[in-house]
Amino acid sequence: MMEKSRRSFLKVAGIAAIGLGAAPAMNFAASDSQGSAAAVKAKNPDALHAERWGMVILVKKINDKIAKQITHACHTQHNVPDFTHEVDTQKFPDTRPVNHNQEIKWIWKEKFHYAFPDKEDEFLNEKFHHLPFMVLCNHCKNAPCVQACPTRATFSREDGIVIMDYHRCIGCRFCMAACPYGSRSFNFRDPQPFIAETDPDFPTRSKGVVEKCNLCAERLAKGEQPHCVEAAEGAIVVGDLEDPASEIRKLLRENYSIRRKQSLGTEPSVYYIV
Amino acid sequence: MLEIATKGTKNYWLWIAFLLIVIGAGTVAYLDQFFNGLMITGMSRDVSWGFYIANFTFLVGVAAGGVMVVIPYYLHDYEKFHRITILGEFLAVASLVMCLLFIIVDLGQPVRMLNVLLYPSPKSMLFYDMLVLNGYLFLNIVIGWKVLEAERNQVKPPAWTKPLIYLSIPFAIGIHTVTAYLYCGLPGRGYWLTAILAPRFLASAFAAGPAFLIILCYIIRKFTKFDPGWEAMQTLSKIVCYAVIANLFFFLCEVFVVYYSGIPGHQTHLQYLLFGYHGYNALVPWMWSGFILMAVGAVFLVIPKLRNNYILLPVACAMIFFGAWIDKGMGMIAGGFVPSPLHHVTEYMPTLQEIIITLGVYAAGFLVLTILYKLATQVKEEVGG
Ligand code: SF4
Ligand code: SF4
Repeated sequence: MMEKSRRSFLKVAGIAAIGLGAAPAMNFAASDSQGSAAAVKAKNPDALHAERWGMVILVKKINDKIAKQITHACHTQHNVPDFTHEVDTQKFPDTRPVNHNQEIKWIWKEKFHYAFPDKEDEFLNEKFHHLPFMVLCNHCKNAPCVQACPTRATFSREDGIVIMDYHRCIGCRFCMAACPYGSRSFNFRDPQPFIAETDPDFPTRSKGVVEKCNLCAERLAKGEQPHCVEAAEGAIVVGDLEDPASEIRKLLRENYSIRRKQSLGTEPSVYYIV
Repeated sequence: MLEIATKGTKNYWLWIAFLLIVIGAGTVAYLDQFFNGLMITGMSRDVSWGFYIANFTFLVGVAAGGVMVVIPYYLHDYEKFHRITILGEFLAVASLVMCLLFIIVDLGQPVRMLNVLLYPSPKSMLFYDMLVLNGYLFLNIVIGWKVLEAERNQVKPPAWTKPLIYLSIPFAIGIHTVTAYLYCGLPGRGYWLTAILAPRFLASAFAAGPAFLIILCYIIRKFTKFDPGWEAMQTLSKIVCYAVIANLFFFLCEVFVVYYSGIPGHQTHLQYLLFGYHGYNALVPWMWSGFILMAVGAVFLVIPKLRNNYILLPVACAMIFFGAWIDKGMGMIAGGFVPSPLHHVTEYMPTLQEIIITLGVYAAGFLVLTILYKLATQVKEEVGG
């Protein structure tokens, strides 16, 4: 099923590429976002593969400093705008004041009772209240956002990564309403003025589209670990959930883990060991 | 037939000019949004749908409400509705035009709108919503136009309109059911995650649509020589009455389930809307006014003496119409997003620019409505006179 939808996606993408005449820039960029990532993956012998990618977060190993490092690494290298960034008024005159409620984030820290609102407990061990819980897209196995998207701009890859085509997204924000984890952000405005330094290895987004964590699919395709894993000093492990020999399966075997809003049946692929 | 719309009194042209000015203001405001993005709205990461989608939802209801004159007339041969069925159908057309415009102004990338057709996604409710909305719009345009044309030529409408009319009935129910499914199938939004949502939407639609139709009948009586018929209006008011009572009843069912079960994920939203949550209460006065308006309106309509009062009837209808608008237009969408899935509270209020764009869309709808009603009433005057 998933296999099929992926194949038909590639087919459609191929047709879109043929139809370049209509909107060359748009389609060229479209192949930039994950089309090329897929191509690289096929070619690159170092590419990392998994039947179903998953993540384990060792919460106790994360402190505020590491949390900051993680968010910083992910956001700067994925060209996520930072609304606190001082705008270069020479380059971007007439930039209007920001509304911080319209911010964009892929991975960030939350307090326990926000990350796990259904596990709120007045007698909870005091230290949990202070631990930073990193939250991000869970790459749900049964992703409500994928189901909701009317253009298939959000889709599940066969390796479990829930990913987006920023150039197909119409900005209807149905996926944001559907996501039970608040993992998605909408570009309410052009992000350019708020990107300190553009990373040329990753596409920037235009206004009017949704974005979220892509589990660094572009890095896995090159055989590299995700940015957050590198910045987390051992607190985040990414691997194959279906492979009993993988490191994350070992961690899950040996520790008690929790997932966010498990009762909804979305089957998150991000596990927390506390 | 369209030439009828080009002749009119001074008042007619003044009204058209007024609408055009509002449309113009809305267009200017929209162009700014088009170039700068939805940052000009009060929407946020947590409340990612706002006034546009709320008004869209409400107007789908008004459009569906038109079926409340179609069913009695075509299915039960209720002759009194003969004169107003066309008004119901044309109201549906105008409402649907507004619905589609609201969807477009809400999109972040409106130029890519056709992607919905290029990459059809049968798992997405939005896909079906688009199908039924456009289908219902098409049906009502064809039916309304053909029936009116036949009336003008004093002949029977072509036989092929009959099956289309019957088809339009499930479509009317369908548009609002599917619109409710947009919301009630989302796992993480406790306020919407209830099977009563679609019935509740339909009940409030069958109240708001006919209530507005009654008000329009008053306006038609005042400005044209065409009389929609007092008895037809009376029957309509009974429909409004029972529909609004059903709507209130469904809402009370929801309140009971939510508060008696006490499940926090469901309760916090209603708590926020009705009493405030962690000190945030921007919508509390709105919600209470909405329900009081609907409840008092229902009382007015349930008592025959009050319902038969020529002065009181439009007042009661206006109360119900605005009450339903607050319930759906203010509370339904924002209430679903507050608190957020992480139980943060970000409140929502539309910005001035958002309101101007909204008014522009309404003006466009009223322009369509005015022209269609002008045709309908003029033809009816000619034939009747
Ligand atoms: S966490 Fe949200 S955005 Fe990520 S896959 Fe699940 S539903 Fe989609
Ligand atoms: S905003 Fe984009 S990704 Fe989200 S549902 Fe709409 S088209 Fe799909």
